Amino acid sequence: MKSRKRKGILARLLRLLAFRKRTAKIGLYGPPNAGKTTLANRIIHTFVDENEDMGVSTDVPHETRRAVRRGGIIIDLKSKSVQNPNPHSNPDSMLKRERAKLKLDVVDTPGLATKIDFHEFMAYGLEEEEAKRRAKEATEGVIEAIKWLDDIDGVVLVMDSTEDPYTQTNIVLIGNMEARDTPVIIAANKMDLSDAAPQRIINAFPQHSVIPVSALKGENMEKLYEEMTRRFR
Amino acid sequence: MEIKMDLISEDRINSMGSMEKLRFVLEGVKSGNIMVLEGGLTSEEQMSLIELTMTEVDEDFPGIEMSGYPSKKGFLNMRRKARLTVIGPAKIMRTMKKEKGLISAIISAF
Ligand SMILES: Nc1nc2c(ncn2[C@@H]2O[C@H](COP(=O)(O)OP(=O)(O)OP(=O)(O)O)[C@@H](O)[C@H]2O)c(=O)[nH]1
Ligand SMILES: [Mg+2]
Repeated sequence: MKSRKRKGILARLLRLLAFRKRTAKIGLYGPPNAGKTTLANRIIHTFVDENEDMGVSTDVPHETRRAVRRGGIIIDLKSKSVQNPNPHSNPDSMLKRERAKLKLDVVDTPGLATKIDFHEFMAYGLEEEEAKRRAKEATEGVIEAIKWLDDIDGVVLVMDSTEDPYTQTNIVLIGNMEARDTPVIIAANKMDLSDAAPQRIINAFPQHSVIPVSALKGENMEKLYEEMTRRFR
Repeated sequence: MEIKMDLISEDRINSMGSMEKLRFVLEGVKSGNIMVLEGGLTSEEQMSLIELTMTEVDEDFPGIEMSGYPSKKGFLNMRRKARLTVIGPAKIMRTMKKEKGLISAIISAF
């Protein structure tokens, strides 16, 4: 991935050869409730098995408190479910068709946070003891997500488009990936909601590729998969 | 209730080792102070601080709020040192809002 900025043909070839052999480990990162597990499940449903789930998604934050890896996923843009309806309109569709395949492991991670207050879980109707246990597990989940960064080849940073994107955890995560030269794609999720403002995310991180999607409704997913095959191979 | 704010010079910060630095910040925040670091923490240091914070979160200490100004992106600026980082206890720092060149912290303690 370090060579992704190089443009030379030789470099490209070497890169292709190097990556043929291995699978990219892609981490789904982001704040709690952004839709990481929903996105992970959608990827599995589309490219592996309609009936398999990677994890449970609910509206309670810190639902995922252990990182989960699903290996051997092949994102194949020629597969029917994600076919571009108008492939001939694009002059480099030949090139794309050749490249539009990516072998990857997806890692669904616990939501990143700088604070975890058990009272928040009680507001979702959990009993005090259970809320405290969940808070404890959530802190361990955050640590696990951070530790996983060492083993990750690329990040899909999932943000909720209805929320302020300019949070310190988002900024710190992007800063860390830049320092490691690890590619990042921002998925501006929940674009189906009426108060979604993906433009706010684009404005906040102008130097990064931001793809508005709805993981829940399956909107604009091809764009995200295309970007993934481009950036993570 | 009194709230203490510590403004720490870059020299003081630089005299510390990386773990010492994070401990110093976290201990300060855990005892209720708002810590303002001249020169700030790098992204990596901030990530390590989040990690360390998570090991200390309990019923009385829900965690931290953090904000800052990152380095201006220079030509060979690989370290990406921040220019200023503010860290405070989440319990009293309700929100920290950041716009271009302005960080507003709302502190409520009662
Ligand atoms: N409207 C809408 N809701 C979504 C979308 N994606 C996820 N959600 C909802 O957002 C909530 C959180 O989704 P999750 O997938 O559990 O989020 P997460 O990022 O895995 O959350 P944690 O595991 O707690 O960090 C659930 O209620 C989802 O149904 C979307 O594209 N649109
Ligand atoms: Mg989840």
